[in-house]
Amino acid sequence: MEKMVNLKINGIPVTVPDGTTVLEAARTLNIKIPTLCYLKGINEIGACRMCLVEVKGAKALQPACVYPVAEGIEILTNSERVRKTRKKNLELILSDHNRECTSCIRSNNCELQSMAKELGLEEVTISGEISGSLVEVNTAIVRDESKCIFCKRCIAVCNKVQSLGALAAANRGFKAVAQPVFGKALEDVNCIQCGQCVINCPVGALYEKDETEKALSFIDNPNLYTVVVTAPAVRAALGEEFGYEIGTDVTGKMVTAGKMLGFDKVFDVNFAADLTIMEEGTELIGRIQNGGTLPMITSCSPGWINFCEKNYPEQLAHLSTCKSPQGMIGALVKTHFAKMNNLDPKDIRVISIMPCTAKKTEVARPQLANNGMPDIDVVLTTREYARIIKGAGIDFKNIPDSAFDEYYDEGTGAAVIFGATGGVMEAALRTAIEVITGEVSDKVDYPQVRGVEGIKEFEVTAGGLTLKACVAHGGANIKKVMDEVKAGTSPYHFIEIMACPGGCVNGGGQPIVDAQTKAVLDIRAERAKVLYNRDANNPLRKSHDNPSVKRIYEEFLEKPNGHVSHELLHTHYEAKPKYR
Amino acid sequence: MANVHEIRVCGGTGCHNNKSADLIKALKKAIRAAGLTETVKVVETGCFGLCEKGPIVMVCPEETFYSQVAEEDAEELINSHFVKGELFQKRLYKTIKDDIKRRAFSDTEFYKKQTHIALKNGGLIDPENIDEYLAVGGYTALEKVLKEMTPAEVVDVVTKSGLRGRGGGGFSTGQKWKFAMLAQGDKKYVACNADEGDPGAFMDRSILEGDPHAVVEAMAIAAFAIGADEGYVYVRAEYPTAVKHLQKAIDDAMEYGLLGEDILGTGFNFTLSIRLGAGAFVCGEETALLNSIEGLRGEPRPRPPYPANKGVFGCPTILNNVETYANITTIINEGWEKFAALGTEKSKGTKVFAIGGKINNTGLLEIAMGTTLREIIFDICGGIPNGRKFKAAQTGGPSGGCITEKNLDVPIDYDNLVAIGSMMGSGGLIVMDEDNCMVDVARFFMDFIVDESCGKCPTCRIGTKRMLEILEKICEGKGELADIDRLQDIAQTLANGALCALGQSASNPVLSTLAHFKDEYLAHIVDKKCPAGVCKNLTDYVILEDKCKACGLCRKNCPVDAIIGENKVVHVIDQEKCIKCGTCLANCAFDAIIKK
Repeated sequence: MEKMVNLKINGIPVTVPDGTTVLEAARTLNIKIPTLCYLKGINEIGACRMCLVEVKGAKALQPACVYPVAEGIEILTNSERVRKTRKKNLELILSDHNRECTSCIRSNNCELQSMAKELGLEEVTISGEISGSLVEVNTAIVRDESKCIFCKRCIAVCNKVQSLGALAAANRGFKAVAQPVFGKALEDVNCIQCGQCVINCPVGALYEKDETEKALSFIDNPNLYTVVVTAPAVRAALGEEFGYEIGTDVTGKMVTAGKMLGFDKVFDVNFAADLTIMEEGTELIGRIQNGGTLPMITSCSPGWINFCEKNYPEQLAHLSTCKSPQGMIGALVKTHFAKMNNLDPKDIRVISIMPCTAKKTEVARPQLANNGMPDIDVVLTTREYARIIKGAGIDFKNIPDSAFDEYYDEGTGAAVIFGATGGVMEAALRTAIEVITGEVSDKVDYPQVRGVEGIKEFEVTAGGLTLKACVAHGGANIKKVMDEVKAGTSPYHFIEIMACPGGCVNGGGQPIVDAQTKAVLDIRAERAKVLYNRDANNPLRKSHDNPSVKRIYEEFLEKPNGHVSHELLHTHYEAKPKYR
Repeated sequence: MANVHEIRVCGGTGCHNNKSADLIKALKKAIRAAGLTETVKVVETGCFGLCEKGPIVMVCPEETFYSQVAEEDAEELINSHFVKGELFQKRLYKTIKDDIKRRAFSDTEFYKKQTHIALKNGGLIDPENIDEYLAVGGYTALEKVLKEMTPAEVVDVVTKSGLRGRGGGGFSTGQKWKFAMLAQGDKKYVACNADEGDPGAFMDRSILEGDPHAVVEAMAIAAFAIGADEGYVYVRAEYPTAVKHLQKAIDDAMEYGLLGEDILGTGFNFTLSIRLGAGAFVCGEETALLNSIEGLRGEPRPRPPYPANKGVFGCPTILNNVETYANITTIINEGWEKFAALGTEKSKGTKVFAIGGKINNTGLLEIAMGTTLREIIFDICGGIPNGRKFKAAQTGGPSGGCITEKNLDVPIDYDNLVAIGSMMGSGGLIVMDEDNCMVDVARFFMDFIVDESCGKCPTCRIGTKRMLEILEKICEGKGELADIDRLQDIAQTLANGALCALGQSASNPVLSTLAHFKDEYLAHIVDKKCPAGVCKNLTDYVILEDKCKACGLCRKNCPVDAIIGENKVVHVIDQEKCIKCGTCLANCAFDAIIKK
């Protein structure tokens, strides 16, 4: 039985399990203690000193986020000493922070800003030199050292969760800063531009490279035909930017907003997700039957592709040659769709809305172009999409729902779950089993591959073939799985890998949720629910049942892995150095 | 009969820098020339303590004490002392007070009032020779512990001795060992903090240089007491001699079976290795030091968990500093009662101080707890040079505070020092006279802390920087009265909120100087004057009309032509041009230039 501990917080008795922190114990009494550097399970270092509380008998104030409860201790969370120290400490932090809040990308969603408000800070009376000024712009991620408060959440995520080691603490004292290692630029170290640092930054020190103006300029140009495509996970989180609860499905409004913004077509990347299953499934069966390189590993996650090219450059043959769904739909819009609608592909611009920052690096790859034209012209994150909707004055909450445009409209239930870890695997299983056995199967749900567990293994026997599969997400888990692949001991046929923990629902381009909310709510699971609900409510659950997919093979692609597919839907990878 | 006389020459860092190695060579050469190789032997020892007068030479057994002996003196010294049988008057140590040339080591004012426990073997043995350590009773304490005592008995003896941590906080060493002894764990560690970082403190260096086996032996005893089989000494890489001597001691002890497996046939195993630090002050903080041993960034960890439960690599660990360990063998060999009889009620034994600043005898001294600062400064160390007046003494380094005239007679111990607004710290003692500006002193220590803050918590990272900025502003003459409140506000926040002891105590020098010398702050802020004439912007160099002989020396030497005057006309300094370099003052032969 769990050992219980009795303590008093602000005079109120409370009983909690041994090992609980004062922060958590206070929460059970509905007392919120402010935090900045705390990131549950990831960055528990007691550094920022905002959660200081008075522990009766202790000389100095103690950080509630790491202070373990003990029998009989008495805690004060709101004494004069606590309030004064927290406020002055906050003033110190603010005195070394670029306080151009009005023009900051994180204004109104900044943990530092809201803390100043919650603590009732009236004035910053301390001033002096600001330690950082460097602004580093990468393909996807921007780092602004003038905003960095050195909470080290980015470093913890980059090292512990993602196992990348791209960010580290540099220098000492006042000059201490979270930086790419060796003082290089992010892109020149082992950064995969996944953006996990961005969504865990409490302030505006890390953010996506904003390309909203570029996207809007395409709409503004009357000579261009603009097509917007939306990734599965965007619909599960976009609402948060407009005040909806975490886990609200806003698919219909997301489409309406796209139309109101003036895009000529609003297509769904889900269509290409179904297509991916056809191409990737065929590739897998081919590899198994023809002795190709196994295990085959999914290639939808550009963060993962960057990871593999930099960390496992000798294992690239394991990657499926399929472009990501974004790459596929872009290529098809500029060929198939253009042809069917008599459009000159030179006049088409494809804008893709992604839950991801690494997608910005994906579209910059020379492999993702056809006849000198990029498959996708610009990638906007979910956050950037919300920004242009707000900028256009669209009252998101009150607009009606609408459906995607024809041709590349919403796919099957198998496609929408691509946005959660295990989704690609489940979608692939639904189709692969029917292809292998040649029979329609009743089984569509594979709960074993769902959920946020880091590595999920699964075995299925169909038509005399036992298929061993594995799902991994988040760099640290990926590393474990890939070390086996590298050692030649991996037992699997097929591995699904997503760079971000939880998959795309928790991608680096998604709305940013504060650490205290994340401590009590698994946003990965909440957002994934949206996708699994859409799947369950979709009459079509299997990718090969998608009529648009069937049609495109009939009128354009001929067959999966056929000649045209290879030309347009497949790609190749390149070994890249970790450090440049 | 061989080796009737032993010439002990200090090889500590201070004397080494005064070329004691060359002196040793010259002495050996002179001995050979005089044909005395059979009867006179030269030994390079550790520090004697009186660094001010190095290189130190002591001839034994008669304990004749020579100081400031140069290479050129070697031949004469040998001829005089050994051939002619006369004292070598030229380098015989001369006391400051009464100008009497002292013959015997133990008879000097510097040594008379000292009690040596931690420094007992400094200047006595060749630190690189394990046999010499064994000859003075080395490793008998370890043998006694391993063969006659239980771990609990060892902990009990150390507890009863009243020994407290000599590195700063003054926590009971016995208690610390007890926690680690009781902590559950298959693997435990002992660690030694030799990351001496206080400006001016060098006792740990001297002990490691002069008596490394004392630390090795004590760590083995500690390991036995808590059930550890592995230890680390974390020592700064800037201490090459200490590292070399310690490594030699570890290697020799391994060879002699005093470290390693089945020590002295008792079945006890203990290995010891050195971890080099890169010289970060914060790595003297125990949890930061543990991080550094593990190869992580030198940053403190929140406590709890305490190292006794979760230390190196998550295992129960005790960490004591060098001087603390250096007391252990004496406590075991001579009994806790004898140790506890020394000192005050709550601070037992002795304390080593490294004294520097405005003091005649700069160096290292070990006094019984309870000795007063007045005795240290004026009796042992010969007072303030050049007839200047004592102003304050700083103990505890950048974490401590200043002690003024009125507290000079307070018996020194852990609690008394805290009560008068300072702290023991590791034993750095800096003496200041009337020429020291106390605002500048506060600025100096804050500058040090800003450089040495690890940056982990914003309270220290930004708080110390902001305090430094304010102090600089005051020293530049741009201070305002509100700055004093600002300083106090931030200081309070640091004390309450910083993550580790370094940050929590970082504002002590400011608070302490504000408490004792607020008038100096006000002079800087309100009158725009630095009373001590240290802060350049607040100091004018002025030529006294009645004293100036119009010799022109100041004018000729002024690098910026700021002095106006001609022959037989009293000179004047153009304050607009003057860069306050002080060259004129240094060159004036008539004391006609003053700082105002």
